[in-house]
Amino acid sequence: MRLGLDPLTFLILCPLAAAAAVALLGRRPTLARAAALLASLVELWGVGERLAELPVGGWMSWEVRRAWLPDWGASWHLGADGLSLMLIAATALLVPLVILGSWTQVKERVAPFHACLLVLEAALVGTFVARDLLCFFVFWEAVLIPMYFLIGIWGGAGRMAAAVKFVVYTAVGSLLMLVAIVAVAHRGGEWDFDMARAAAEPMALPAQRWAFLAFALAFAIKVPLFPFHTWLPQAHVEAPTGGSVLLAGVLLKMGVYGFLRIAWPLCPAAAAAAAPWLGALAVCGILYGALMALAQDDLKKLVAYSSVSHLGYCILGLASGTPAGAAGAAFLMLSHAVTTGALFFLVGMAYERTHTRKVGDFGGIATAAPRFACAFGVIAMASVGVPGLCGFAGEFPVLAGAWAARPLWAVGAALGVILGAVYLLGAFQRMMFGPVRLPGGLSGLAGGHFPDLAAREVMVLAPLAALALALGLYPSLVMDRLGPCVAAIGR
Amino acid sequence: MPAGDDIPLLLAVPALPFAGFLLNAAFGRRLGGRAAGLVACVAVGLSALLSFALALLLFAHPPAPGASHALTASLGDWIRAGSLRVGFDLALDPLSALMICVVTGVGFLIHLYSLGYMAEDASQPRYFAYLNLFVGMMLVLVLAGNLGLMFLGWEGVGLCSYLLIGFWFSDAAKAAAGLKAFLVNRIGDAGFLLAAAAAWHASGTLEIPGLSKASLGASLPLVCLGLLLGVCGKSAQIPLYTWLPDAMAGPTPVSALIHAATMVTAGVYLLCRTAGLYLACPFMMHAVAAVGLATALGAGLVACAQTDIKKVLAYSTVSQLGFMVLACGAGAFTGAMFHLVTHACFKACLFLCAGSVIHALGGEQDLSRMGGLRKAMPWTHAAFAASVLAICGVPPFSGFFSKDAILWGVLRGAGPAAWGLGLLAAGVTGYYMTRLYALAFHSSDRTSGHAHEAPWIMTGPVAALGALALLAGALDPHVPGMHLYSWLPGVLALPASAGAAPALPEAAAMAMAIAASVAGMGLAWSRFARAERVAPASALAAEGFGVDRFWRAALVDPLRRGAEALWFWVDCILIDGAMVEAPALVLRGVGQLARAAQRGKASASLACLLLGALLVLWLLGAAP
Repeated sequence: MRLGLDPLTFLILCPLAAAAAVALLGRRPTLARAAALLASLVELWGVGERLAELPVGGWMSWEVRRAWLPDWGASWHLGADGLSLMLIAATALLVPLVILGSWTQVKERVAPFHACLLVLEAALVGTFVARDLLCFFVFWEAVLIPMYFLIGIWGGAGRMAAAVKFVVYTAVGSLLMLVAIVAVAHRGGEWDFDMARAAAEPMALPAQRWAFLAFALAFAIKVPLFPFHTWLPQAHVEAPTGGSVLLAGVLLKMGVYGFLRIAWPLCPAAAAAAAPWLGALAVCGILYGALMALAQDDLKKLVAYSSVSHLGYCILGLASGTPAGAAGAAFLMLSHAVTTGALFFLVGMAYERTHTRKVGDFGGIATAAPRFACAFGVIAMASVGVPGLCGFAGEFPVLAGAWAARPLWAVGAALGVILGAVYLLGAFQRMMFGPVRLPGGLSGLAGGHFPDLAAREVMVLAPLAALALALGLYPSLVMDRLGPCVAAIGR
Repeated sequence: MPAGDDIPLLLAVPALPFAGFLLNAAFGRRLGGRAAGLVACVAVGLSALLSFALALLLFAHPPAPGASHALTASLGDWIRAGSLRVGFDLALDPLSALMICVVTGVGFLIHLYSLGYMAEDASQPRYFAYLNLFVGMMLVLVLAGNLGLMFLGWEGVGLCSYLLIGFWFSDAAKAAAGLKAFLVNRIGDAGFLLAAAAAWHASGTLEIPGLSKASLGASLPLVCLGLLLGVCGKSAQIPLYTWLPDAMAGPTPVSALIHAATMVTAGVYLLCRTAGLYLACPFMMHAVAAVGLATALGAGLVACAQTDIKKVLAYSTVSQLGFMVLACGAGAFTGAMFHLVTHACFKACLFLCAGSVIHALGGEQDLSRMGGLRKAMPWTHAAFAASVLAICGVPPFSGFFSKDAILWGVLRGAGPAAWGLGLLAAGVTGYYMTRLYALAFHSSDRTSGHAHEAPWIMTGPVAALGALALLAGALDPHVPGMHLYSWLPGVLALPASAGAAPALPEAAAMAMAIAASVAGMGLAWSRFARAERVAPASALAAEGFGVDRFWRAALVDPLRRGAEALWFWVDCILIDGAMVEAPALVLRGVGQLARAAQRGKASASLACLLLGALLVLWLLGAAP
């Protein structure tokens, strides 16, 4: 099955090979979709096998190291612990759902679209399993390319500006990260890009500070942490549904992952010194993102700004410097992938039916399309952190950790919990309830027509809703495999 | 987790309503409305039987005096993050046993009533699914052994309240009322969460028995404050009570179950559950008493001016909850629990009677179009009258005993001033309830004349609750064999004798309380018993002293406008414009200039070259 490859290399090469094959199916759109779906399911199966093997505690497994650039001290060094594997699992779950969800939404250049998705998947998996800084950097940058095309080709009216802004903004961060990587890797006249070794012997403090600053800026842009977030709403609004799902669901987590995997372990002293600043920015981001979401009438922009707020909780958990906060932050990454992924799918489905995303254009959807409203309701409740659904199981440890670090942070985060309900349920209310009032015309459908979820759409949303419930009721299943991986951050 | 015997059967108490919810959520539409209702009733009925059986089992083995005693059950851990641990741990002690009997008992009667009330509704499966979910969440709330799990029930009942207030969601106003309830409660919930976080940080545990003055240390006042905020949200106390009157938009049985008998009392239950913390923090006790007293009096006055039958009852509920909170603040926790039980019976009965009246009048809720209903609806009238006498505190109806217990506790624990204001609130209660009763069942007939008695499936539960409204006073400590008071102190960690020596003998205080109620009742009776029409009352009181308008002007509107301004000026102009786009534009401008220089005409290039050369030479020459 794996063609003699080690498990992690296979997980990178499988989507890459499939992308090459799919790219050749330019004239057969349906076949291209089916092939991409099949490949992504094979990948999901492979990830599922690894998940089954993952020990409780989530220790590093399946490590492999091959010479790559021996003169430069860089190697093809892969390995996955619970943190890596959970993020890979989120990726591998979202990609087939994106393919399924885009089945009728993407009608032009179908084969290249799916090839881009698969390349993106390969690059994301690579980012999360890389144990070599140069490897990590290559995959990190490789993620940009397919995402650039996804936004720039299949996006909305302002797609080019959004794609360029996304790439340039992120590239500025990447450049800083490259400088920091070089600084970390070049010591005593020798080159060594191995992460574990760099973490075992941290640099002297002044150098650590500079390296942390560079890493932190790169990751803060990716997260995005307030005030480096303005590329995000624009990219989301212009990106196709599938692009938005992966952008919010996985790409943003690269930033948090970078903090957890690189910035913190490689520069521990500098990170501890910078934590108060990060925590303050995170609380600002939580409240600021929520207020921005409150001001939006475009549902997609609202969800985009809500990501700024939610990712603020992740960073707050890290900055709290407590094992509980860090575990909560790691868990929130997954929870956010599930809820925001589903929210972007729902926005896309509403847009496909009506060609509008304005909250004020809708009303009474619950009457016209009860299943759509029900799915939206479950996901919205999970997103605002109702206990029993996935958001709370991450938010509460973060809040507790924040209180332990600085009670004022926890107060800010709790205000964010209130505002989260205000903007999301407010929009839910206006769209779903009241008399039926639906936009038509533009879509070519009769005005007031809003078909309920089709079977294919149920297949997209049901796994996410089920996960939202399962993660909410039994978070330990994941937390036990995540927590120990990030506990080192705690004091 | 309190030390106790493990009894896994306890898990079935909340599991049964959850099973009913799942069944109706998955197959409700295929089952049809009637069957869905029966499923829901059976689920809650079984849960009620089990609850009473477990309560008897517990009470059959009373604990040693002062000892904590509980039956426990656990499903293992729910959340584990670092050293933070929240278990699915349930604990049945006398306090929670009392609560599950109220929740499942009253809940079951209201489920039965709903079979009749909702019979015509097309969305019955959804209704009964939500109702079951509510009962399950409420049971989790009261049985939870730690603050984290309690929060699951706490927000869970809030979610169900949201869904059921906005049950008829195609009416935008009803849906908005549901959202308002959820959002106002979220403010309180944030306080609860912060209190839980603070308690965990200080003591390293969320287990309720593990929280004490010793383990919390300096965080104690903050924990108490956060929990009090939660109480104000859930139990509709000043300043967060404004959601409850709006919540009357839901179906009337929902108002009876959630917004009168059970969910809104969760705050009082929380105060009793954490009584040990408040008792160790006298300042917070004063705050609790002040909140309760202000609410009892303020909401009572507003109730006097309402013309919607359900709004009167809603403000009355707020006021009675104020009494309970006041009792907690005065240290009379058992009195608060006693009133919680009797109030659950008579207020649920009042709401169900109101529902029968509304049902009989084809949806009419306005008192100005009621009157003289005692002839058309004899059963409903009798039950309503019994409940009115109970809430007014007329002996021997149940409310007399519990209200007396509260007022006596207030006199001893909070002093004569608070007691005097409490008496005033009791008088106001007598006034507005008698006014309501007179305007609906006596006075001139202002209906369109089609009123009829409700079907037996509705009058049955009403009659049962009416009987309870009369009899629940038997839980009083003066009745031999009733151990409510002797059971609870062990749980509540009450001091042996609360408060200073009272200024009055108990009998005199009791007589004055009766006199206050009767005065209020007599005044109302003389004004409304033969009224021809409902005179408009004070506009200020009718709209709740403008508290709603205040919140709208002070918080809701500025928040939205501020967010929009912040978005435009800070996000678009300052951050994205000045800090991101402007540098990019400058770079592009420089690039274009350079490009023009590169691909311009030969003469321009030559000019640039010469200028550059001049510059270099000047720099060289100017250098020292």
